[in-house]
Amino acid sequence: MARITASVYTSHVPAIGAALDAGKSHEAYWEPVFKGYDFVKQWEKEQKPDVVFLVFNDHATAFSLEMIPTFAIGTAAEYTPADEGWGPRPVPKVMGHPKLAAHIAQSVIQDDFDLTIVNKMDVDHGLTVPLSLVFGQVEAWPCPIIPFAVNVVQYPVPSGRRCFMLGKAIRKAIESYDEPLNVQIWGTGGMSHQLQGPRAGLINREWDNAFLDRLISDPDGLSRLPHIDYVREAGSEGIELVMWLIARGAMSDVREDGKGKAPTVRQRFYHVPASNTAVGHLILENN
Amino acid sequence: MSLDKPYMDVPGTTIFDADMSRMGYHLNQFCMSLMKAENRARFKANERAYLDEWPMTEEQKQAVLDRDLNRCIALGGNIYFLAKIGATDGKSFQQMAGSMTGLSEEQYRDMMIKGGRSVEGNRYTGEKK
Repeated sequence: MARITASVYTSHVPAIGAALDAGKSHEAYWEPVFKGYDFVKQWEKEQKPDVVFLVFNDHATAFSLEMIPTFAIGTAAEYTPADEGWGPRPVPKVMGHPKLAAHIAQSVIQDDFDLTIVNKMDVDHGLTVPLSLVFGQVEAWPCPIIPFAVNVVQYPVPSGRRCFMLGKAIRKAIESYDEPLNVQIWGTGGMSHQLQGPRAGLINREWDNAFLDRLISDPDGLSRLPHIDYVREAGSEGIELVMWLIARGAMSDVREDGKGKAPTVRQRFYHVPASNTAVGHLILENN
Repeated sequence: MSLDKPYMDVPGTTIFDADMSRMGYHLNQFCMSLMKAENRARFKANERAYLDEWPMTEEQKQAVLDRDLNRCIALGGNIYFLAKIGATDGKSFQQMAGSMTGLSEEQYRDMMIKGGRSVEGNRYTGEKK
């Protein structure tokens, strides 16, 4: 049977991708950011995941206002890095896992989460920056990726609670897949940031760290936090953090039968700033 | 019955909800068209003529011509769509975000390096700093 072995959380700031692609990762401004990701690169070489289920958001790239799916699962064989207006990032194509993705779609929809199924989609920095941060600059990504896009651009976005419960359904779906795959689930985006209006530049270090604390030890309580708290405290774009709750909901310790153990925190990192944003990164291993 | 919008009292912040999205549909779709190099070239060659191809309001067109992002947002623009104008102009996301704050590019960058804008005094409109 397939199993979720770990969850990984990270911000996806586009400027991080731009700095990496331009060879600026050793500049004084960027070095502390990339240093926080040294551990995960080594860890991934040991973990060797067979598939990554990557929860991310599109930024008016694949989805314009013509269609705004709340939850969209990628079931394609491959995905091309998008041209977001600055030219496509020079990163490898993203290979999908259509068979597992289709299995998850079927299971999760039967579990009352009405997903949109996407067979053609370019992927923007929301997906490729986390891949670069975690796997580094590589010729090919080390494993297939299942992109899972969440609408956090147009309100109302899904609630933290909805995301958390969805994570639980995704775990059940993965665990009912026959092949013995080592699957990781990633939650991306955040942390505090606001990109618009006179309040742009908002950062809330204290709130972010409390979010990390609760994500680790009180995810159920954290999932009940209303949207307005994210907006007021972590900025209008801080709402992306609801995506982390999907990954957290898929961990064993929150399963309904109470049989799972608390995860091990393998890495925790926080840094301000990367461009307009607070960068957060966490690794939780299932026990 | 009116909808619950608890985010209307957050200072300097416009939440892009379904109402804003309806108002800004053509503005945002115009921005989306700038994802294509040929459209960027046509827009740069004659901004006014390119904008006139879109059923946007005159106010929206003027806000784009003025590169007044706060005004664009008030008229239904969303920052991720408006960022395509910035990309066309060769601006970074930080330059765009900073342009809405009344700070110079350097002041905004410095504020971010020093830990960003504090939430203290910035949670509610009319709140004392």
